[in-house]
Amino acid sequence: MRCEDLTDDLSAAADGSALLGRDERRHVERCLRCQAELVQYRKLLRAMRTMRTEVLEPTPGMLADILANVAGAGERRAIRSMIAGHRTAYLGGLAAATAAGAAGALVFAARTRRVRAAS
Amino acid sequence: MPQDVADLVTAARDGDREAFDELVRATYAETYTLALRLTGNEEDARDVVQEAYFRAFRGLKRFRGDAQFSTWMYRITANCAATHLGRRNKHRHEELRDSDPVVDERPASDPQGQVEATALRNRLTVALENLPPKLRQVVVLRDIYDLPHEAIAAELGISETAAKVRLHRARKKLREDLFTRRAEEAADAV
Repeated sequence: MRCEDLTDDLSAAADGSALLGRDERRHVERCLRCQAELVQYRKLLRAMRTMRTEVLEPTPGMLADILANVAGAGERRAIRSMIAGHRTAYLGGLAAATAAGAAGALVFAARTRRVRAAS
Repeated sequence: MPQDVADLVTAARDGDREAFDELVRATYAETYTLALRLTGNEEDARDVVQEAYFRAFRGLKRFRGDAQFSTWMYRITANCAATHLGRRNKHRHEELRDSDPVVDERPASDPQGQVEATALRNRLTVALENLPPKLRQVVVLRDIYDLPHEAIAAELGISETAAKVRLHRARKKLREDLFTRRAEEAADAV
């Protein structure tokens, strides 16, 4: 077994996502280079985890920019929803007018038929 | 992050704009930190953060609340950063400024260990900056922010296998940068 073949396994073993096989373990137990590599991966991962708690200071004005951008999006959404509401009202009105017109035409046609029948 | 983030999320989801603004105030520094780590420069990080909150605002109703809001924001930020960096045809490197303030929230303990840990973290920050963006994104999301491979793959638009391969490559490069090259440089100096 060559040390180069083990490097991904050592990286995975260091974070606990994989266990070394028997042959690999045997190799690492006798190989100072691989042992050092494993220790280095563990140190690296520990250092990475500590970075989780670090918060970098945002550049000045960023909060105001984000809030303004969100406010803009909110206004656009409100306008769109208003337009959509108006569109619904227009379509509703149009449908009602069409229905009323059709009903009127039917009544008119029925009356005309009655008048013709009477005469 | 304050404890009432869940309440703010609920209120914001119900259309309370003030609550959303409050959520932004509570989380934007963390989101910026991630964006800066993913993109490697301030200008890109600003754009990514703007886009991330814009998408969060539009998609908040879809946030089911089964994950933490911060994790949801990490995923959106990762996706925005991947899109943003994908648009670039060349990667820009910027000098790391010593003046970048870093807030360490952990209590101080073992001064010598603290000094060594800080030195290692500073070298790590530089090494991360020098990684190719595709490798950096994966290793930052996995090893710093603890996102599962599945989520990383989904947000970066790659397969889980690709995410794992990139992770190992990134770790190998970082390890070589932090330990092997440093040892070689020390040997050369003697």
